[in-house]
Amino acid sequence: MEYTPNKEIIAKRIAGFFKTGDVVNLGIGLPTLVGNYIPDGVDVTLQSENGFLGLGPAPKSGEEDPFLINAGGVPVTMRAGGCYFDSATSFGIIRGGHLDYTVLGVLQVDQEGNLANYKIPGKMIPGMGGAMDLTVGAKTVICAGLHFDKKGNSKLFRRCTLPLTAMKQVNYVVTDVGLFHIKDGHFVMREVFEPYTAEYVMERTQADIVQADDFKVVKV
Amino acid sequence: MVKKEILTAAQAVELISEGSTVMVGGFMGCGSPPALLKALRESGKKELTLVCNDCGWYNPDQGKETGVAGNVLDKQFSRVITSHIGLNSEMQRQMVAGETEVELVPQGTLAERIRTAGCGLGGFLTPTGVGTEVEEGKQVIELDGVKYLLERPLGGAVALIHAHRADTAGNLWYARSERNFGALMAMACDMVIAEVDEIVEIGELEPEAVVTPSIFVKKLVYTAA
Repeated sequence: MEYTPNKEIIAKRIAGFFKTGDVVNLGIGLPTLVGNYIPDGVDVTLQSENGFLGLGPAPKSGEEDPFLINAGGVPVTMRAGGCYFDSATSFGIIRGGHLDYTVLGVLQVDQEGNLANYKIPGKMIPGMGGAMDLTVGAKTVICAGLHFDKKGNSKLFRRCTLPLTAMKQVNYVVTDVGLFHIKDGHFVMREVFEPYTAEYVMERTQADIVQADDFKVVKV
Repeated sequence: MVKKEILTAAQAVELISEGSTVMVGGFMGCGSPPALLKALRESGKKELTLVCNDCGWYNPDQGKETGVAGNVLDKQFSRVITSHIGLNSEMQRQMVAGETEVELVPQGTLAERIRTAGCGLGGFLTPTGVGTEVEEGKQVIELDGVKYLLERPLGGAVALIHAHRADTAGNLWYARSERNFGALMAMACDMVIAEVDEIVEIGELEPEAVVTPSIFVKKLVYTAA
Protein backbone atom coordinates (compact mmCIF):
# COMPACT_ATOMS: atom_id res chain seq x y z
CA MET A 1 0.00 0.00 0.00
CA GLU A 2 1.32 3.43 -0.95
CA TYR A 3 1.21 6.30 1.51
CA THR A 4 -0.27 9.50 0.03
CA PRO A 5 -0.10 12.60 2.26
CA ASN A 6 -3.60 14.01 2.76
CA LYS A 7 -4.13 17.15 4.86
CA GLU A 8 -7.83 17.44 4.04
CA ILE A 9 -8.71 14.14 5.74
CA ILE A 10 -7.04 15.40 8.95
CA ALA A 11 -8.94 18.71 8.90
CA LYS A 12 -12.22 16.96 8.15
CA ARG A 13 -11.87 14.41 10.96
CA ILE A 14 -10.91 17.05 13.54
CA ALA A 15 -13.89 19.21 12.57
CA GLY A 16 -16.03 16.21 13.60
CA PHE A 17 -14.98 16.66 17.25
CA PHE A 18 -16.87 19.92 17.69
CA LYS A 19 -20.41 20.57 18.86
CA THR A 20 -22.48 23.74 18.94
CA GLY A 21 -21.27 26.17 21.60
CA ASP A 22 -17.66 25.03 21.63
CA VAL A 23 -14.94 27.70 21.76
CA VAL A 24 -12.00 26.67 19.59
CA ASN A 25 -8.58 28.03 18.65
CA LEU A 26 -7.06 26.80 15.39
CA GLY A 27 -3.30 27.16 14.98
CA ILE A 28 -1.69 28.46 11.82
CA GLY A 29 -0.98 26.16 8.88
CA LEU A 30 -2.79 22.81 8.65
CA PRO A 31 -5.02 23.48 11.73
CA THR A 32 -6.49 26.54 10.00
CA LEU A 33 -7.95 24.20 7.35
CA VAL A 34 -10.18 22.63 10.03
CA GLY A 35 -12.40 25.73 9.87
CA ASN A 36 -13.40 24.79 6.30
CA TYR A 37 -14.90 21.46 7.41
CA ILE A 38 -17.08 22.39 10.40
CA PRO A 39 -20.43 20.79 9.51
CA ASP A 40 -23.46 22.93 8.73
CA GLY A 41 -25.61 23.25 11.82
CA VAL A 42 -22.63 23.10 14.22
CA ASP A 43 -22.11 26.62 15.57
CA VAL A 44 -18.56 26.90 16.90
CA THR A 45 -16.99 30.16 18.13
CA LEU A 46 -13.43 30.50 16.86
CA GLN A 47 -10.92 32.47 18.94
CA SER A 48 -8.02 34.29 17.29
CA GLU A 49 -5.02 34.65 19.62
CA ASN A 50 -4.27 38.16 18.35
CA GLY A 51 -7.40 39.38 20.09
CA PHE A 52 -10.91 38.44 19.04
CA LEU A 53 -13.74 35.94 19.15
CA GLY A 54 -15.94 35.20 16.17
CA LEU A 55 -13.30 34.55 13.51
CA GLY A 56 -15.02 34.19 10.14
CA PRO A 57 -13.98 33.00 6.69
CA ALA A 58 -11.50 34.69 4.35
CA PRO A 59 -12.75 37.95 2.83
CA LYS A 60 -13.62 38.25 -0.85
CA SER A 61 -10.79 39.45 -3.03
CA GLY A 62 -10.59 43.24 -2.80
CA GLU A 63 -12.40 43.34 0.56
CA GLU A 64 -9.37 42.62 2.77
CA ASP A 65 -9.16 44.81 5.88
CA PRO A 66 -5.59 45.44 7.15
CA PHE A 67 -6.94 45.93 10.67
CA LEU A 68 -8.56 42.47 10.75
CA ILE A 69 -6.06 39.62 10.51
CA ASN A 70 -5.68 36.15 12.00
CA ALA A 71 -2.73 34.76 13.96
CA GLY A 72 -0.98 33.98 10.69
CA GLY A 73 -1.13 37.65 9.68
CA VAL A 74 -3.67 36.90 6.95
CA PRO A 75 -6.82 39.05 6.43
CA VAL A 76 -9.98 37.41 7.74
CA THR A 77 -13.54 38.44 8.62
CA MET A 78 -15.49 38.59 11.85
CA ARG A 79 -18.91 37.05 12.35
CA ALA A 80 -21.76 39.09 13.82
CA GLY A 81 -21.60 38.82 17.61
CA GLY A 82 -17.81 38.71 17.72
CA CYS A 83 -15.70 41.04 19.83
CA TYR A 84 -12.15 42.35 20.19
CA PHE A 85 -9.82 42.42 23.20
CA ASP A 86 -6.16 42.96 24.06
CA SER A 87 -3.51 40.23 24.17
CA ALA A 88 -3.63 39.84 27.98
CA THR A 89 -7.36 39.07 27.80
CA SER A 90 -6.79 36.83 24.79
CA PHE A 91 -4.28 34.74 26.73
CA GLY A 92 -6.50 34.88 29.80
CA ILE A 93 -9.06 33.08 27.64
CA ILE A 94 -6.39 30.65 26.45
CA ARG A 95 -4.63 29.94 29.76
CA GLY A 96 -7.73 30.26 31.90
CA GLY A 97 -9.40 27.10 30.60
CA HIS A 98 -12.01 28.91 28.50
CA LEU A 99 -11.16 27.10 25.26
CA ASP A 100 -12.83 23.75 24.66
CA TYR A 101 -10.30 22.78 21.99
CA THR A 102 -7.03 23.92 20.53
CA VAL A 103 -5.67 22.40 17.34
CA LEU A 104 -1.92 22.64 16.79
CA GLY A 105 0.62 21.45 14.26
CA VAL A 106 3.26 18.82 15.02
CA LEU A 107 6.95 18.22 14.51
CA GLN A 108 7.00 15.41 17.10
CA VAL A 109 4.40 14.11 19.54
CA ASP A 110 4.98 11.30 22.01
CA GLN A 111 2.95 8.72 23.91
CA GLU A 112 3.32 10.69 27.19
CA GLY A 113 1.46 13.60 25.58
CA ASN A 114 4.55 15.73 25.07
CA LEU A 115 4.56 18.00 22.03
CA ALA A 116 7.49 19.51 20.09
CA ASN A 117 6.45 21.94 17.39
CA TYR A 118 8.36 25.21 17.70
CA LYS A 119 12.05 24.65 17.16
CA ILE A 120 14.66 22.50 15.42
CA PRO A 121 17.93 23.59 17.04
CA GLY A 122 20.37 25.00 14.52
CA LYS A 123 17.88 24.76 11.66
CA MET A 124 14.56 26.41 12.32
CA ILE A 125 13.82 28.77 15.20
CA PRO A 126 10.50 30.48 14.53
CA GLY A 127 9.61 30.88 18.21
CA MET A 128 6.68 29.47 20.13
CA GLY A 129 4.21 32.32 19.59
CA GLY A 130 1.07 31.28 21.46
CA ALA A 131 1.62 27.52 21.24
CA MET A 132 2.97 26.99 24.77
CA ASP A 133 0.01 28.80 26.33
CA LEU A 134 -2.52 27.06 24.08
CA THR A 135 -1.28 23.55 24.94
CA VAL A 136 -1.26 24.28 28.67
CA GLY A 137 -4.58 26.10 28.75
CA ALA A 138 -7.11 24.46 26.45
CA LYS A 139 -9.40 21.78 27.90
CA THR A 140 -8.65 19.42 25.00
CA VAL A 141 -5.47 19.59 22.93
CA ILE A 142 -5.59 18.04 19.47
CA CYS A 143 -2.44 17.71 17.40
CA ALA A 144 -2.87 17.74 13.64
CA GLY A 145 -0.19 16.53 11.28
CA LEU A 146 0.74 14.20 8.47
CA HIS A 147 1.61 10.81 9.94
CA PHE A 148 4.98 10.58 8.19
CA ASP A 149 7.69 13.13 7.44
CA LYS A 150 9.30 13.42 4.00
CA LYS A 151 11.70 10.57 4.79
CA GLY A 152 8.84 8.27 5.76
CA ASN A 153 9.45 8.45 9.52
CA SER A 154 6.42 8.63 11.79
CA LYS A 155 5.90 11.87 13.77
CA LEU A 156 4.53 9.78 16.67
CA PHE A 157 7.31 8.85 19.09
CA ARG A 158 7.92 7.05 22.36
CA ARG A 159 9.74 10.17 23.51
CA CYS A 160 10.20 13.50 21.73
CA THR A 161 13.81 14.42 20.98
CA LEU A 162 13.23 18.06 19.96
CA PRO A 163 12.74 20.86 22.53
CA LEU A 164 9.24 20.60 23.99
CA THR A 165 6.42 23.05 23.48
CA ALA A 166 4.58 21.53 26.43
CA MET A 167 4.87 18.56 28.77
CA LYS A 168 2.07 15.95 29.00
CA GLN A 169 -0.67 18.17 27.60
CA VAL A 170 -1.74 16.50 24.34
CA ASN A 171 -5.02 14.57 24.39
CA TYR A 172 -5.53 13.52 20.75
CA VAL A 173 -3.43 13.17 17.64
CA VAL A 174 -5.15 13.10 14.28
CA THR A 175 -3.00 12.20 11.31
CA ASP A 176 -3.87 11.22 7.76
CA VAL A 177 -3.88 7.53 8.73
CA GLY A 178 -5.82 7.56 11.98
CA LEU A 179 -7.03 9.01 15.26
CA PHE A 180 -5.10 8.38 18.47
CA HIS A 181 -6.03 9.11 22.07
CA ILE A 182 -3.10 9.56 24.46
CA LYS A 183 -3.80 7.68 27.66
CA ASP A 184 -1.69 6.04 30.36
CA GLY A 185 1.54 6.43 28.41
CA HIS A 186 0.23 4.90 25.18
CA PHE A 187 -1.27 5.95 21.90
CA VAL A 188 -4.71 4.36 21.98
CA MET A 189 -5.66 3.86 18.33
CA ARG A 190 -9.37 4.63 18.05
CA GLU A 191 -9.70 4.85 14.28
CA VAL A 192 -7.73 4.04 11.17
CA PHE A 193 -8.71 5.81 7.98
CA GLU A 194 -9.36 3.85 4.79
CA PRO A 195 -7.45 2.54 2.87
CA TYR A 196 -4.94 1.94 5.70
CA THR A 197 -5.10 -0.92 8.18
CA ALA A 198 -4.19 -1.22 11.85
CA GLU A 199 -1.21 -3.45 10.92
CA TYR A 200 0.06 -0.91 8.39
CA VAL A 201 0.02 1.88 10.99
CA MET A 202 1.51 -0.15 13.84
CA GLU A 203 4.36 -1.54 11.73
CA ARG A 204 5.43 1.93 10.62
CA THR A 205 5.08 3.89 13.87
CA GLN A 206 7.94 3.99 16.38
CA ALA A 207 5.73 4.19 19.46
CA ASP A 208 3.63 1.97 21.71
CA ILE A 209 0.16 1.73 20.21
CA VAL A 210 -2.77 -0.21 21.62
CA GLN A 211 -6.08 -0.69 19.83
CA ALA A 212 -9.12 0.78 21.53
CA ASP A 213 -11.93 -1.60 22.56
CA ASP A 214 -14.18 0.18 20.07
CA PHE A 215 -11.48 0.47 17.39
CA LYS A 216 -12.77 0.80 13.85
CA VAL A 217 -11.62 1.44 10.32
CA VAL A 218 -13.51 4.41 8.98
CA LYS A 219 -13.95 6.35 5.77
CA VAL A 220 -13.56 10.06 6.48
CA MET B 1 -8.66 67.75 30.49
CA VAL B 2 -5.07 68.46 29.49
CA LYS B 3 -4.49 68.31 25.76
CA LYS B 4 -1.51 66.25 24.60
CA GLU B 5 1.20 67.62 22.36
CA ILE B 6 0.91 66.55 18.74
CA LEU B 7 4.30 65.82 17.19
CA THR B 8 5.57 64.75 13.81
CA ALA B 9 6.94 61.22 13.70
CA ALA B 10 10.48 62.60 13.33
CA GLN B 11 10.07 64.80 16.42
CA ALA B 12 8.59 61.90 18.38
CA VAL B 13 11.45 59.47 17.77
CA GLU B 14 13.90 62.08 19.13
CA LEU B 15 12.42 61.12 22.53
CA ILE B 16 14.07 57.69 22.19
CA SER B 17 17.56 57.38 23.70
CA GLU B 18 20.06 54.98 22.17
CA GLY B 19 20.45 51.95 24.42
CA SER B 20 16.94 52.16 25.83
CA THR B 21 14.06 49.67 25.76
CA VAL B 22 11.41 50.40 23.15
CA MET B 23 8.09 48.55 23.07
CA VAL B 24 6.31 48.40 19.73
CA GLY B 25 2.64 47.44 19.54
CA GLY B 26 1.19 45.21 16.87
CA PHE B 27 0.80 41.63 15.71
CA MET B 28 2.36 40.90 12.32
CA GLY B 29 2.28 44.67 11.77
CA CYS B 30 -1.42 45.11 12.59
CA GLY B 31 -1.33 47.70 15.38
CA SER B 32 2.26 48.76 14.71
CA PRO B 33 2.74 52.50 14.02
CA PRO B 34 4.08 52.74 10.45
CA ALA B 35 5.13 56.43 10.45
CA LEU B 36 6.93 56.13 13.78
CA LEU B 37 8.81 53.00 12.69
CA LYS B 38 9.81 54.71 9.43
CA ALA B 39 11.04 57.78 11.34
CA LEU B 40 12.92 55.55 13.78
CA ARG B 41 14.61 53.88 10.84
CA GLU B 42 15.55 57.26 9.34
CA SER B 43 16.94 58.40 12.71
CA GLY B 44 19.54 55.63 12.50
CA LYS B 45 19.40 55.05 16.27
CA LYS B 46 21.13 51.86 17.42
CA GLU B 47 21.66 49.60 20.42
CA LEU B 48 17.95 49.57 21.27
CA THR B 49 16.20 46.74 23.07
CA LEU B 50 12.97 45.86 21.26
CA VAL B 51 9.92 44.37 22.92
CA CYS B 52 7.36 43.33 20.30
CA ASN B 53 5.10 40.32 19.83
CA ASP B 54 6.84 39.38 16.57
CA CYS B 55 9.27 40.82 14.06
CA GLY B 56 6.73 41.26 11.28
CA TRP B 57 6.91 39.87 7.79
CA TYR B 58 10.18 40.11 5.98
CA ASN B 59 10.21 38.37 2.65
CA PRO B 60 12.30 40.24 0.05
CA ASP B 61 11.25 37.81 -2.70
CA GLN B 62 7.61 38.82 -2.26
CA GLY B 63 8.49 42.46 -1.44
CA LYS B 64 6.82 41.96 1.93
CA GLU B 65 7.92 44.07 4.90
CA THR B 66 5.61 44.85 7.83
CA GLY B 67 5.91 45.95 11.46
CA VAL B 68 9.48 46.29 12.71
CA ALA B 69 11.00 44.35 9.76
CA GLY B 70 12.74 47.44 8.30
CA ASN B 71 14.25 48.36 11.67
CA VAL B 72 15.48 44.77 12.10
CA LEU B 73 17.03 44.93 8.64
CA ASP B 74 18.95 48.08 9.68
CA LYS B 75 20.10 46.33 12.87
CA GLN B 76 18.72 49.01 15.17
CA PHE B 77 18.14 46.45 17.91
CA SER B 78 20.95 44.77 19.82
CA ARG B 79 18.44 42.78 21.87
CA VAL B 80 14.95 41.57 20.97
CA ILE B 81 12.32 40.16 23.33
CA THR B 82 9.56 38.56 21.26
CA SER B 83 7.34 35.50 20.88
CA HIS B 84 7.70 34.76 17.16
CA ILE B 85 10.23 35.47 14.41
CA GLY B 86 9.11 32.76 12.00
CA LEU B 87 8.07 35.13 9.22
CA ASN B 88 11.19 37.31 9.36
CA SER B 89 14.08 35.44 7.76
CA GLU B 90 16.51 38.30 8.52
CA MET B 91 15.72 38.21 12.26
CA GLN B 92 16.32 34.45 12.28
CA ARG B 93 19.60 34.95 10.41
CA GLN B 94 20.80 37.60 12.91
CA MET B 95 19.83 35.35 15.83
CA VAL B 96 21.59 32.25 14.48
CA ALA B 97 24.68 34.30 13.50
CA GLY B 98 24.84 35.76 17.02
CA GLU B 99 24.53 39.32 15.68
CA THR B 100 21.43 40.09 17.72
CA GLU B 101 20.46 38.66 21.10
CA VAL B 102 16.93 37.24 20.86
CA GLU B 103 14.88 36.13 23.86
CA LEU B 104 11.87 34.05 22.80
CA VAL B 105 8.98 34.33 25.25
CA PRO B 106 5.62 32.52 25.07
CA GLN B 107 3.08 35.03 23.80
CA GLY B 108 0.78 34.86 26.80
CA THR B 109 3.73 35.25 29.14
CA LEU B 110 4.99 38.24 27.15
CA ALA B 111 1.57 39.93 27.30
CA GLU B 112 1.20 39.27 31.02
CA ARG B 113 4.76 40.41 31.84
CA ILE B 114 3.97 43.74 30.17
CA ARG B 115 0.57 43.97 31.87
CA THR B 116 2.16 43.16 35.22
CA ALA B 117 4.75 45.95 34.81
CA GLY B 118 1.98 48.43 34.05
CA CYS B 119 -0.08 47.30 37.02
CA GLY B 120 2.59 47.59 39.69
CA LEU B 121 2.89 43.88 40.43
CA GLY B 122 6.08 41.97 41.21
CA GLY B 123 5.41 39.09 38.85
CA PHE B 124 3.01 36.21 38.33
CA LEU B 125 2.85 32.42 38.30
CA THR B 126 2.08 30.66 35.04
CA PRO B 127 1.93 26.97 34.09
CA THR B 128 3.11 27.91 30.58
CA GLY B 129 6.64 26.67 29.85
CA VAL B 130 6.93 24.17 32.71
CA GLY B 131 9.14 21.29 31.56
CA THR B 132 10.44 23.23 28.53
CA GLU B 133 13.50 25.38 27.78
CA VAL B 134 11.48 28.38 28.97
CA GLU B 135 11.82 27.02 32.52
CA GLU B 136 15.63 27.38 32.51
CA GLY B 137 16.90 29.85 35.11
CA LYS B 138 13.45 30.48 36.56
CA GLN B 139 12.02 29.75 39.95
CA VAL B 140 9.48 26.88 39.88
CA ILE B 141 6.79 27.20 42.54
CA GLU B 142 4.40 24.33 43.30
CA LEU B 143 0.99 25.22 44.69
CA ASP B 144 -1.78 22.68 45.33
CA GLY B 145 0.13 20.12 43.29
CA VAL B 146 0.54 22.30 40.20
CA LYS B 147 3.91 23.59 39.03
CA TYR B 148 4.21 27.21 37.92
CA LEU B 149 7.03 29.42 36.67
CA LEU B 150 7.62 32.73 38.39
CA GLU B 151 7.66 35.31 35.61
CA ARG B 152 8.79 38.88 36.23
CA PRO B 153 7.37 42.18 34.96
CA LEU B 154 8.65 43.74 31.74
CA GLY B 155 8.49 47.51 31.35
CA GLY B 156 10.16 49.92 28.94
CA ALA B 157 11.27 53.50 28.41
CA VAL B 158 9.21 54.24 25.32
CA ALA B 159 6.10 52.65 23.76
CA LEU B 160 5.35 53.20 20.08
CA ILE B 161 1.75 52.18 19.44
CA HIS B 162 -0.99 52.72 16.88
CA ALA B 163 -4.64 53.49 17.46
CA HIS B 164 -7.11 54.44 14.77
CA ARG B 165 -8.64 57.34 16.69
CA ALA B 166 -7.70 59.57 19.62
CA ASP B 167 -9.19 62.62 21.23
CA THR B 168 -6.86 65.52 21.95
CA ALA B 169 -6.57 64.39 25.59
CA GLY B 170 -5.02 61.13 24.36
CA ASN B 171 -7.88 58.72 24.96
CA LEU B 172 -7.51 55.91 22.41
CA TRP B 173 -9.98 53.92 20.34
CA TYR B 174 -8.58 50.97 18.41
CA ALA B 175 -9.80 49.62 15.09
CA ARG B 176 -10.70 45.94 15.10
CA SER B 177 -7.78 43.59 15.87
CA GLU B 178 -5.07 46.27 16.18
CA ARG B 179 -5.20 46.76 19.95
CA ASN B 180 -3.39 43.49 20.82
CA PHE B 181 -0.20 44.57 22.65
CA GLY B 182 -0.51 48.36 22.29
CA ALA B 183 -3.13 48.67 24.99
CA LEU B 184 -0.82 46.82 27.44
CA MET B 185 2.38 48.64 26.47
CA ALA B 186 0.64 51.97 27.05
CA MET B 187 0.58 51.13 30.76
CA ALA B 188 4.12 49.73 30.95
CA CYS B 189 6.32 52.52 29.55
CA ASP B 190 7.36 55.97 30.78
CA MET B 191 6.93 57.70 27.42
CA VAL B 192 3.95 56.51 25.40
CA ILE B 193 3.66 57.82 21.85
CA ALA B 194 0.48 56.95 19.98
CA GLU B 195 0.31 57.29 16.21
CA VAL B 196 -3.29 57.82 15.16
CA ASP B 197 -5.23 58.16 11.89
CA GLU B 198 -7.86 60.53 13.31
CA ILE B 199 -7.95 63.08 16.12
CA VAL B 200 -11.25 64.33 17.51
CA GLU B 201 -11.96 66.98 20.15
CA ILE B 202 -12.27 66.16 23.83
CA GLY B 203 -15.81 64.91 24.44
CA GLU B 204 -16.26 63.42 20.99
CA LEU B 205 -15.13 59.90 21.94
CA GLU B 206 -17.75 57.98 23.86
CA PRO B 207 -16.21 57.38 27.31
CA GLU B 208 -17.45 53.78 27.18
CA ALA B 209 -15.58 53.21 23.91
CA VAL B 210 -12.20 54.34 25.23
CA VAL B 211 -9.81 51.38 25.57
CA THR B 212 -6.63 53.18 26.63
CA PRO B 213 -7.26 55.99 29.14
CA SER B 214 -5.66 59.35 28.26
CA ILE B 215 -3.40 59.44 31.33
CA PHE B 216 -1.13 56.78 29.83
CA VAL B 217 -0.56 58.60 26.53
CA LYS B 218 2.09 61.34 26.58
CA LYS B 219 2.38 62.37 22.90
CA LEU B 220 0.27 61.97 19.78
CA VAL B 221 1.50 61.63 16.22
CA TYR B 222 -1.16 62.32 13.65
CA THR B 223 -1.06 60.77 10.20
CA ALA B 224 -3.99 61.33 7.86
CA ALA B 225 -5.71 58.00 7.28
